[in-house]
Amino acid sequence: MPRRNDISTILIIGSGPIVIGQAAEFDYSGTQACRALREEGYRVVLVNSNPATIMTDPEVADATYIEPLTVETVTEIIRRERPEAVLPTLGGQTALNLAIELHESGTLDEYDVELLGASVESINKAEDRQLFSDAMNRIGMKTPESRTVKHPDEAEELADRIGFPLIIRPSFTLGGKGGAVADDHAGLRTSVIEGLDASPVGSVLVEKSVAGWKEFELEVMRDLDDNVVVICSIENIDPMGVHTGDSITVAPAQTLSDRQYQTLRSASLRIIREIGVQTGGSNIQFAVDPGSDDFYVIEMNPRVSRSSALASKATGFPIAKIAAKLAIGYALDEISNDITQATPASFEPALDYIVTKIPRFAFEKFPAATPRLTTRMHSVGEVMAIGRTFTESLLKALSSLELDMADVLPILDEPNPYRIFAVFDALRAGMDIPEIHDRTKIDPFFLASMARIVAAEDSLSADFDHEELNEAKKMGLSDEAIGQATGRSTEVIRGVRQALGIRPTFKSVDTCAGEFPAQTPYYYSTYETEDEVERGDNRSVVVLGSGPNRIGQGIEFDYACVHASYALTESGYDAVMVNSNPETVSTDYDTSTRLYFEPLSAEHVLEVLHREKAEGVILQFGGQSPLKLASELQASGVNILGTSPDAIDLAEDRSRFGRLLTELGIPHPSFGTAINPEEARETARSLGFPVVVRPSYVLGGRRMEIVYNESDLDLYLRSNADTSPSHPTLIDKFMEDYIEIDVDAVCDGQDVYIGGIMEHVEEAGVHSGDSSCVLPPITIHRALLERIEEYTRRLAIGVGVRGLMNVQFVVRGDTVMVIECNPRASRTVPFVSKATGVPLAKLATRVLMGEKLRDIRPGRAPSGHFSVKAPVFPFDRFADVDPLLGPEMRSTGEAMGVDRSFGGAFARALTAAGQTLPDAGRVYISVSNREKRAVVLIARAFADLGFELAASEGTAEVLKNNGLAVAVVPKIGELDEDVLSLIEEGGVDLILNTPWGRGARTDGYLIRRKALLHGVPCITTLAAAAAAVQGIESRIRGNTGGVNALQSLYASSP
Amino acid sequence: MGLERGLDHGLRQGRERAAIVLEDGATFRGWTFAGTGEVAGEVVFTTSMVGYQETITDPSYKGQILLFTYPLIGNYGIIPGDEESMGIQAAAVLVREYTPHHSNWAADKSLAALLEEHGVIGVEGLDTRALTRHLRDRGAMRGVISTLDSDTLSLKQKATAHPSMVGLDLASTSSQLTEPTLLPAYGEETCRVAALDYGVKSSIYRELRSRGASVLAMPGSTSAEDILAENPDGLFLSNGPGDPAALESAVETLRSVLGEVPTFGICLGHQLLGLALGCETYKMPFGHHGANHPVRNLESGKIEITSQNHGFAVREEDLPNGIRMTHRNLYDGTVEGLHSDEKRAWSVQYHPESSPGPRDSGYLFDEFVEAISEKATV
Ligand SMILES: Nc1ncnc2c1ncn2[C@@H]1O[C@H](COP(=O)(O)OP(=O)(O)O)[C@@H](O)[C@H]1O
Ligand SMILES: Nc1ncnc2c1ncn2[C@@H]1O[C@H](COP(=O)(O)OP(=O)(O)O)[C@@H](O)[C@H]1O
Ligand SMILES: [Mg+2]
Ligand SMILES: [Mg+2]
Repeated sequence: MPRRNDISTILIIGSGPIVIGQAAEFDYSGTQACRALREEGYRVVLVNSNPATIMTDPEVADATYIEPLTVETVTEIIRRERPEAVLPTLGGQTALNLAIELHESGTLDEYDVELLGASVESINKAEDRQLFSDAMNRIGMKTPESRTVKHPDEAEELADRIGFPLIIRPSFTLGGKGGAVADDHAGLRTSVIEGLDASPVGSVLVEKSVAGWKEFELEVMRDLDDNVVVICSIENIDPMGVHTGDSITVAPAQTLSDRQYQTLRSASLRIIREIGVQTGGSNIQFAVDPGSDDFYVIEMNPRVSRSSALASKATGFPIAKIAAKLAIGYALDEISNDITQATPASFEPALDYIVTKIPRFAFEKFPAATPRLTTRMHSVGEVMAIGRTFTESLLKALSSLELDMADVLPILDEPNPYRIFAVFDALRAGMDIPEIHDRTKIDPFFLASMARIVAAEDSLSADFDHEELNEAKKMGLSDEAIGQATGRSTEVIRGVRQALGIRPTFKSVDTCAGEFPAQTPYYYSTYETEDEVERGDNRSVVVLGSGPNRIGQGIEFDYACVHASYALTESGYDAVMVNSNPETVSTDYDTSTRLYFEPLSAEHVLEVLHREKAEGVILQFGGQSPLKLASELQASGVNILGTSPDAIDLAEDRSRFGRLLTELGIPHPSFGTAINPEEARETARSLGFPVVVRPSYVLGGRRMEIVYNESDLDLYLRSNADTSPSHPTLIDKFMEDYIEIDVDAVCDGQDVYIGGIMEHVEEAGVHSGDSSCVLPPITIHRALLERIEEYTRRLAIGVGVRGLMNVQFVVRGDTVMVIECNPRASRTVPFVSKATGVPLAKLATRVLMGEKLRDIRPGRAPSGHFSVKAPVFPFDRFADVDPLLGPEMRSTGEAMGVDRSFGGAFARALTAAGQTLPDAGRVYISVSNREKRAVVLIARAFADLGFELAASEGTAEVLKNNGLAVAVVPKIGELDEDVLSLIEEGGVDLILNTPWGRGARTDGYLIRRKALLHGVPCITTLAAAAAAVQGIESRIRGNTGGVNALQSLYASSP
Repeated sequence: MGLERGLDHGLRQGRERAAIVLEDGATFRGWTFAGTGEVAGEVVFTTSMVGYQETITDPSYKGQILLFTYPLIGNYGIIPGDEESMGIQAAAVLVREYTPHHSNWAADKSLAALLEEHGVIGVEGLDTRALTRHLRDRGAMRGVISTLDSDTLSLKQKATAHPSMVGLDLASTSSQLTEPTLLPAYGEETCRVAALDYGVKSSIYRELRSRGASVLAMPGSTSAEDILAENPDGLFLSNGPGDPAALESAVETLRSVLGEVPTFGICLGHQLLGLALGCETYKMPFGHHGANHPVRNLESGKIEITSQNHGFAVREEDLPNGIRMTHRNLYDGTVEGLHSDEKRAWSVQYHPESSPGPRDSGYLFDEFVEAISEKATV
């Protein structure tokens, strides 16, 4: 069928802030969809609250709304833009569920907007676990014995019938949200209750466990002519019971015979037809009995997913792009395969390599949570590697992880983030494969392959010859691993290897295993005889990506890398991308001139640079990962474009940086370093408590704490015992009740362009990545702002920055101090770029390539509106973790709100971040003694806004004494009508609770957990509470503009 | 010898270095994982990612050196019942890496063990992708694998000395059948099919029998009289190796039976039917070997993902009158299906029985069995 002409405007719904289970992959698919539809001449309207995405760049859609993904705002957008159709299958579960709500609210009918891709019926059929298993049984497919329950008692009945363990799976959720395994009645009750809360339709499936069976996924596509193809099969190394998103997975399936594989393939075709997904991609999951041909259907996701992004990168088949074209009427055979250009998209990719994906976890940031893998997804990112053998692809993937082995504690017996290392250890210790299989249920195929790696390592003789070394490289062993195995340094091995002329060849990912010539430059390294890189004679520059997403280094950095790549091509260079993250836009094969899907390790990067004969390499956009390579790359004679490794060190080495600040006459909190506990106490005393303590050279505020007295300090020193001359502890005077400021700037060596100044909502002490911020600042007066700009300039020149830099200040009264300077792109670059319309990363790239700021003359930011960034946290996924803010970063993503008033923007941002502020109702207040006075004003403001006040005893007393009507809520446990039950019954609409006292399980902790569980917005700082008041006020008083498209915001700028 | 215990690449005991030399002199080196010695044949690559067992036992590969583009072969071992014929048809097997530690509940031996049993050479460790690209660009070629001789020049000569595929009759000798054999239908018989075996895949008979057809398997050389004497409801022309144009007598036979009995052909059977109907066949540059080729059914408009294995094809230009092209390959536009109303004969170039490959095309067996069952009931 040809393109549909009865449609001219299409609304695409994004997936919102990055959360566990829904991350950068939806920026990748959404961006592809927008591009594909515009190519076809449609007008594309986009709504997504996540500023850190390429898809929300003004060039990607015709009208871009960075607005909350709620029925309210999207209805407003539909009313204004009048799209004839909405495409909801590329924005993850968020978009899918929002589409259903828009249907149920009647909006779609009212403005007669058509759903493209999947009908409401098929979405329900796939996402409602009961309807799904009914459908499966109709077509004779088996699903594990199960029962849908809306009340815990119903679950008990099933338990009595089939026993434990049982699997709890909420409907309409993803990433295993609210999912759990129950081993007994007690566990069952709590899990079912949690599951019911997690499911937007309050329904969960309770199901017989088939933990330990093999888990497979198939990525399927269907067009309006009912042609169906399977793009990729994926085998989970971690068997059933570990969420596919947390499993190490391999593509294609490795351990199925043709008969066994075709059975799953044929099943997939029948399933997608039965569910009735009209067009686009779907992900179908199977559990396969390792001992027979039995299999169960586990689920189908009627949309592109994390796995389809992985499948796209693994095969070179752009699922999202094709899905978008199918949605507007094309048939698969009417779309050509970009990569061969000679063949149609109606085929099934043939791989001649093996792909391994390994998830990246962040348990170290949540010490209270046990690092155990279950049916609920916990990983925050992933790496992918391509090799010609399984061993090569596994080892490359492990190098891509960039793990700090200090955080790694391998356990063999239960699924956990580091089990793969435990398997290696067990093999080294001589445990046999049957036993390891018994204890892990990992298929012997994978175990035996790993055994070959171990054997190879310990059989490498110190006097290896050319052939042995070549074989070791073919197997995938890194120079480092070979060095360890032979007692040599990595450098020596690399030297010998290169001297012997043993270098990788680069092969292309071509969708067809070499049957047709490939036009698309998408490469991976391997040690064979033929190299396929077709590099013209144009000058090329290598951009290093940011590797796996992790807390503290997420999609924001990929955004900057992609812009660097765009800027390079715009200035006539070949842009060469090196990255290992399959979720991202940077690893889309048409983002850069050439893509090398490789680990961001010195070894692999150096080989790419060698093959490319590149002019230089850009490190400053990929966060800390590339920066770590700076000195090693320079030592190998690589030309590093931008800030020099020495300048980087000058900014990162505390004592050097301290001296520089003094020279430049820039104030900073007094600090000291200590190499033993005694010295630490000394320093702290001399600085005076409170102080900020942290190990040297940490990131994302890792293991950083604020300590208020000596006993707390001792506690910290004991739990971080590794203080030593080599690992000094840094101690800063903690600047209490200071406002924190973030500045992003670009420097060309002479001039400095101030990209944006952001004022944090929470006071200093809350990690910059975890605090909300507003641009432009709202409480800092002109003179101070000028001084901040002046300090920034001085620092940029003083440090020797070329390109981007980020500076953090603390401000109070008229003191301004610098707390740190990062000579690289920061997390806030995309936010600032969206808020001001000036693409900072592109600007910086042009500067790196030699242009001068005074020639470029970046435009001025539009005025008349405020932009607020609000973080989102993964607390709901980590049982027992106290949802409190501190100097250690723990947010996974952010949302942005734009409005003509700060309050309005803040309210929008919070809504977008899932913390919707109530317009009326009851506020529960319970604050620490330090804050009881300050809270009065805030409480009064809430009262004036018509809110009912409730408070804990102490707080209530203070409020009463200040003439406020307030209900006293009994302490926890005192009466059965305590605050927890009040929250449970929905008797509280907003909670203001600031922490006091140390240690776990304080009342505050219980209140915050309960609020989290029941989705009651909970504010934990007075500063944020004050902002919330403004937010609610501006909403009630209607002091907010309507929805805004970025394009019109920028147009309205002077 | 340091890596002996560690790496399965060649350096292990019992593994020998092997040289692979093509007729154009291109040379690749690897190590045997099964068998030793020297063997020549046309080198073809298949892009199918699973199904190595079905593939090496497929008689259509008779005498060919089989290169798997999928780099890991042997993962799930050898599974009883998944073979397509007795013994191994391919002359030798080339893979990037052989998996010695297969893992599958249904497997009863390893691929290497099977190759050893039949004295077939298996070689691993060469850059199979480079070799594939070479064949893609320059066309299928004869080649020699040797563990005895490593000299490029002499091996090149041996390769050129090997008979070319063009004009080569392999079919007459691939039928494992000496006299007609009756294979009863599974369940109740609805029709009787006479099948001419030019090197048939056993899954084809399984497909027919499971649809109620009893199959009278006859050697490909059976005469028209003997075929018609059996008065079958339908005639089936099997797949098989080699150049169809070399099989004049088989074509003659078909000319005299066509019209007498509804006929359905697959692969070589399709080419022979084409020749018998007056079409021409030709040798393709490197053929179709894989399990992912899209084919359009021109009657229904539907696309099937097909299993392919052929080096020759029917020429589309000047098809005789009354001959309809029913299927087209969407990769290169080549003829994938023919139909003659007058003779009640039709055929497909690809493999609806898959094995290995997607099962999108089973309807062709339904149609055939239906068509002839109707006649049977008259
Ligand atoms: N019956 C079951 N027994 C054991 N594990 C299961 C079962 N059902 C699901 N799982 C595990 O839970 C994970 C998540 O379930 P799934 O339905 O895919 O949730 P989501 O929709 O969030 O991806 C699966 O990947 C699988 O490993
Ligand atoms: N001296 C200080 N006084 C007050 N707050 C501080 C001080 N030093 C750091 N912080 C707080 O800790 C957070 C993290 O510190 P920072 O140096 O930015 O660590 P990282 O480099 O890991 O981001 C800052 O955002 C700030 O809120
Ligand atoms: Mg799901
Ligand atoms: Mg799932």
